Amino acid sequence: MNSARVILESLKREGVDVVFGYPGGSVIPLYDALYDFDLDHILTRHEQGAAHAADGYARASGKVGVCIATSGPGATNLTTGIANAYLDSVPMVAITGQVRTNLIGTDAFQEADVTGITLPIVKHSYLVKRVEDLPGVIHEAFYIAKTGRPGPVVVDIPVDLTTMDFDYDPEGVQKIDLPGYKPTVKGHPKQIKAAAQAIAEAQRPVIFAGGGVISANAADELREFALYAKIPVTTSLTGIGCFPEDNEELSLGMLGMHGTRYANYAITNCDLIFGIGVRFDDRVTGKISTFAPGAKIIHVDVDPAEISKNVAVDVPIVGDAKRVLVDLLAQLKKHDLSPERHLPWMRQVADWKRAHPMLVAQEEEGEIMPEYVVRMISEITKGEAIICTEVGQNQMWAAQYSTIRHPRHFITSGGLGTMGFGFPAAIGAKVARPDKTVIDIAGDGSIQMNIQELGTAMNYRIPVKVCILNNQYLGMVRQWQDLFWNKRYSATCIACQPDFVKLAEAYGAQGFRATKGNEVEEVLRVALASDEPALIDFRIKRESNVWPMVPAGGSLGDMMGEGDR
Amino acid sequence: MKHTLSVLVENKPGVLTRIAGLFARRGFNIDSLAVGETENPGISRMTITVDGQDQPLEQVTKQLHKLINVIKITDLDPATSLDRELVMVKVKADETSRSEIMQIVEIFRAKIIDVSKSALIIEVTGTREKLAAIMSLLRPFGIQELVRTGRIAMDRGRGLT
Repeated sequence: MNSARVILESLKREGVDVVFGYPGGSVIPLYDALYDFDLDHILTRHEQGAAHAADGYARASGKVGVCIATSGPGATNLTTGIANAYLDSVPMVAITGQVRTNLIGTDAFQEADVTGITLPIVKHSYLVKRVEDLPGVIHEAFYIAKTGRPGPVVVDIPVDLTTMDFDYDPEGVQKIDLPGYKPTVKGHPKQIKAAAQAIAEAQRPVIFAGGGVISANAADELREFALYAKIPVTTSLTGIGCFPEDNEELSLGMLGMHGTRYANYAITNCDLIFGIGVRFDDRVTGKISTFAPGAKIIHVDVDPAEISKNVAVDVPIVGDAKRVLVDLLAQLKKHDLSPERHLPWMRQVADWKRAHPMLVAQEEEGEIMPEYVVRMISEITKGEAIICTEVGQNQMWAAQYSTIRHPRHFITSGGLGTMGFGFPAAIGAKVARPDKTVIDIAGDGSIQMNIQELGTAMNYRIPVKVCILNNQYLGMVRQWQDLFWNKRYSATCIACQPDFVKLAEAYGAQGFRATKGNEVEEVLRVALASDEPALIDFRIKRESNVWPMVPAGGSLGDMMGEGDR
Repeated sequence: MKHTLSVLVENKPGVLTRIAGLFARRGFNIDSLAVGETENPGISRMTITVDGQDQPLEQVTKQLHKLINVIKITDLDPATSLDRELVMVKVKADETSRSEIMQIVEIFRAKIIDVSKSALIIEVTGTREKLAAIMSLLRPFGIQELVRTGRIAMDRGRGLT
């Protein structure tokens, strides 16, 4: 069999039904094989778009996302997307073409040391040197990408290896032999016992859940656990959706720099944090020395390197979130949990929620408020849409004011903070979940970073809806300049911008604009009702800030609000 | 504090780069590194000496474990392990100094492996302390060139690393 076809057959065996990519010299044979092969290919308009789309596809579906690019610039254009997937632990396989084997190392045309360049941002990588290794490498790549703590794997394939004939035995390659890779799934029983004991004894407990719960498909188990133990749940940015945010009693929303006041107060005053699938990142903890000063910490993670990396942990448990939650709940049921054990705490948490609600105004000074747009999106879609975000203020407003009820319904670049991620990720998410309304909440800065993907959306009629919260600023940086840099708006004003409505129309997509608060709902309803890709330009109050806020390096208990500047 | 890590890895292309890169990214300087095949040609052992506090080193060790090709890591305890390093040193030597140098070589159970009119090449194996001691005695004669293998180490007794 032709070796390019072997690559495609190998992908098929892994359950791949769609790949995102962009052709080039070193992958022409691969694309030739794809021409009449039963595998959908989405041609993006930039390789970065392909990587983010594969990422969005993976997050929405739980499957491994696949992207393809040619050697040299094609592959280097994937790198931001690979780094993004690495930081957020997204299962991805990136296949890159490489120059001919005999030209490697000669600075040949479109040659780049792709395995070298991507070394610090991959879970693993391969430069395939022998054609007979191809099926085994691809099988291993998928296995590594999706097991343990998921992540991106790069498979770099010299072009001459894709034009050979060889005996392909699909059964012969399905054995994995990786003596150095044995992810721990089951938590240590002794630690589970210790954790259950601590949870049963806690008087002021909080669950802090993150993206690891979603990637382990453990949202149901988390909900069951939290409801049984009656413990409030706060989530990290990437954890949004792992616990239903419409649970009035137990959901505290997001914590951290732009978290809710009640989540941050609860974390600061609790006596136990049950952290699961989180990494206690600096945007979450604020100043480490004042983070949850009186709390015992239980930390569950599949990656042992995350335990005690940023905060000292009292009860570490290495294991898969789903498995640990099941075992822990069984263990907890052996304890006598009286509902009175933490009644004052539950009252206190309810009081905080009442005292600091996340309110929205439709307009201020005659201009649309961004929070209102987000809230309307959430209400109109009844929390059933998949919300993707770009990065910056738009992302924080989306996180704060959407009510996300399901896992895999909030897709955002958490770790790397990649502007330009949301739109291609939304395209990938819509490909994964055609049954779902998929919305990209964008800023006018971020959307211009991958706006060319309107071409992709139109090409394949992928009806993603882009809602631009347009303040004609690079808003988050402007906010910091406003608050901490004496309002010196250095390089953050981007009032020179295209007419987004006309731009959408130029691509053949639908374009809408709202400039008044009372237009927001109507425009949204019309845009969401159509089957076409659409872009909506919401002209929001230009100098709106994201509140509340913990300044970088500040304490979570010490939040700034609108009145504290 | 100095640590000696004994790391078993799969003998695959790029493993050394992955490991060296990880130390560099996490801000560790590798003092010494020795790599070679083990009794199993599919597996190599790296002996890595690094200087670092226990806590950050533990983090690096955990990160090392995450590399797919890394099989096992042991932080060797100096009290229960043996370590050796081999040095070749070219020392200036004429007829007046040669015999004195040969005495030093004998005391340290080193070997002379090359002799010329104006220089000797000495091969010496030992712990870092022993090597430092012989170097300090040879230095006054004039060390022209020095090359060392990097430290290798092994646990005493029956324990396997």
